[in-house]
Amino acid sequence: MIKNENISDEQFNQKVEKDLLAHLTVNQKRNNIFIFLLIAIVLVGMFAYYRQIRYGLIVTSMRDYTSWGVYISNFVFFVAISLVGSLISSMLKLSKATWSTPLTRISEIIAIAAIFCASIIIIVDMGRPDRFLNVVIYGRIQSPILWDVMIISTYLVISILLLYLSLIPDLALCRDKLTGVSGVRKWFYRVFSVNWKGSPEQYKILHSIIAMLSIVVLPIAFAIHTVTSWLFSTTWRPGWDSTNLGPYFVSGALMAGAAVIIVAMYFIRNVYNLKEYLTDKVFDHMGKLLVLLSLIYLYFNINEYLGPAFKMVGVEGEHIIELFVGKYAGMYWAVQILGLILPIVILSFAWGRKPLPMLIISMLALLGAWFKRFLIVIPSLQHPYLPIQDVDESYRHYIPTWEEWAITFASFAACLLIITFLLRVLPAIPIWEMKRGVEPKSQEA
Amino acid sequence: MSKTVPVAIGAIGGVGLVAQSCKDKGEMVSLLSPDGELVQVEKSSMLPVTPAEARKGIPGKQFVMVIDLARCRNARKCVTKCQKMHDLPPEDEWIKVFLMQDSNDTAPYWFPKPCFHCNQPPCVKVCPVGATYKRTDGLVLIDNERCIGCKFCMTACPYSSRVFQWKEPEETKFADRAYSPETSTPHKVGTVGKCDFCADMARQGKLPDCVTGCPNGVIFFGDKNEDIVSNGTESFRFSELIYDRAGYHFMAELGTQPNVYYLPPVDRLFDYEKGFSTLTDEQKGFYKKSIVKKH
Repeated sequence: MIKNENISDEQFNQKVEKDLLAHLTVNQKRNNIFIFLLIAIVLVGMFAYYRQIRYGLIVTSMRDYTSWGVYISNFVFFVAISLVGSLISSMLKLSKATWSTPLTRISEIIAIAAIFCASIIIIVDMGRPDRFLNVVIYGRIQSPILWDVMIISTYLVISILLLYLSLIPDLALCRDKLTGVSGVRKWFYRVFSVNWKGSPEQYKILHSIIAMLSIVVLPIAFAIHTVTSWLFSTTWRPGWDSTNLGPYFVSGALMAGAAVIIVAMYFIRNVYNLKEYLTDKVFDHMGKLLVLLSLIYLYFNINEYLGPAFKMVGVEGEHIIELFVGKYAGMYWAVQILGLILPIVILSFAWGRKPLPMLIISMLALLGAWFKRFLIVIPSLQHPYLPIQDVDESYRHYIPTWEEWAITFASFAACLLIITFLLRVLPAIPIWEMKRGVEPKSQEA
Repeated sequence: MSKTVPVAIGAIGGVGLVAQSCKDKGEMVSLLSPDGELVQVEKSSMLPVTPAEARKGIPGKQFVMVIDLARCRNARKCVTKCQKMHDLPPEDEWIKVFLMQDSNDTAPYWFPKPCFHCNQPPCVKVCPVGATYKRTDGLVLIDNERCIGCKFCMTACPYSSRVFQWKEPEETKFADRAYSPETSTPHKVGTVGKCDFCADMARQGKLPDCVTGCPNGVIFFGDKNEDIVSNGTESFRFSELIYDRAGYHFMAELGTQPNVYYLPPVDRLFDYEKGFSTLTDEQKGFYKKSIVKKH
């Protein structure tokens, strides 16, 4: 990472410590404006939700046909984003990629923020949030919703463990080295570093736990998005009634996860001045990874649409026509071309894998990922087996109301708020993993 | 099946009607016997059921509906009567009348569609809390005191039979009535509703309101175990009716095994165009879109 390889381990480690702790003590005025803006967006969303609680879901644009709307598509988006955690700190780690080490903490923080927002947004969609506990009291294990609740909470717990355990040595470092931070933060570092001394034995235990967790999280990560796809594929709806849906969702989620980490690292590296650690080389690697994941997603996309489009069976065919040339065609092709084909093309070139082009491409991929989930949820509901007749014209369309948008933007803001807050108190890059020759490498590694 | 019921109401209901040693000689209610005769029964013998009973179903019964498409001319009385009975606003239809045309060259026909009360109900499968459930008498009901409003059942139902209470119900005539899944009233905001086969009426031995409301006797209701269905004026043996008139399930290939059967629209009594006379201009617009070919 750092150019001068001739300096001694000790000098190197001192520099790493100094550089990576720096962002925890700098004056964060600019950061504060950003936080106030996010809080304002969250407050507007809370007001919209208050209106929804008071008047009922009538304030949304959902009606009897389009009974799931932007809340559910946003939920699926957040679940997708949360896969970034396991992508970086499990898949890449297990494949012994060392370039991704500086990204592990950021990815775990994003994962936790995303799952948290996904859980909130699913409650927002409920007609009776006051009865949420019924899911526990009367829970039916046969219902895919129960599977989803169980797998999401499991993933949340493992993600928190992965984040926290790999934080302990760095929290101890903060405890020992950080001066001029508030008493609360000192207390926080002291308590949560649980007497970490950095003895070889402690490192050995830590390594084996993290290795174990990064294996355990893998099937859970696949399951979390597969089960979410089952919320759809266990019904008879056109576009959902597909055996392809599990891998299609998982591959889309991994692609969105890669895009979100690129966007995050671009801003973190600039705001926190971490160019020496989040180097152009890391971007280059992430760019190649995004191409690979996009190609896999493209494959499942072709799989998902070619069969039904070839057969054109009944409402399934009408659904395809609506997507390809009908009222959703603009969105559909924008998502497929700008959000999927373009990243593959641009990032295949070395100049496309420079930080700025990658930021733009990843933003497009993320926007595409969000609208893709909209296209998966809403048009299907508008193509039931029986025609939509004898209802007001508004039942045939779905254009989210301001309340729905406010709540959706509030969920993004809340996600960013959690990430920003955690990055204020936690080192963005795992310091102990960046150091040289400090911890004894475990035998297997 | 209980044949010991003192009052032989037969075709439907039955069990709730055990004429007990009458405590108070109260109000009498007229019920319809299988022969189309009116029978007087005491109202106190038809007390609402407990929530636990409402989940079980009426013992020995297997409710079934037969809809004769040859007779329907979209009079829409089933729709309005149902809305009145269940205190529904005009936009909520628990029974809908669709205008169907199977292909370009085939004739359009009217297609009344209640909830199918499937024997393999997709809605019940997906419900996370058991708020919607299947009873021993075949009915699929909803407990709106348990429903969490996730709407999964609405996306799961392939027949779009379910409607949502998007807002607080307006002034209702049943506001002081105790809620029961058998009456589905009073409605509760943020929960799901649908055709309940008029479970409370069935318990009293009465036909559902869509059946008695229909001026053309399109809808038949009855008990499969007794093998009898009635539209209020005529009664048929269910098995014979289905056999003779080639009764079928709508979209049987989905494997949901509905308890609603259709008789095909052959030798129709009315031209389908007649059905438009009951519609407002706005409603006509909705339907016209569904007609593939103008006749």
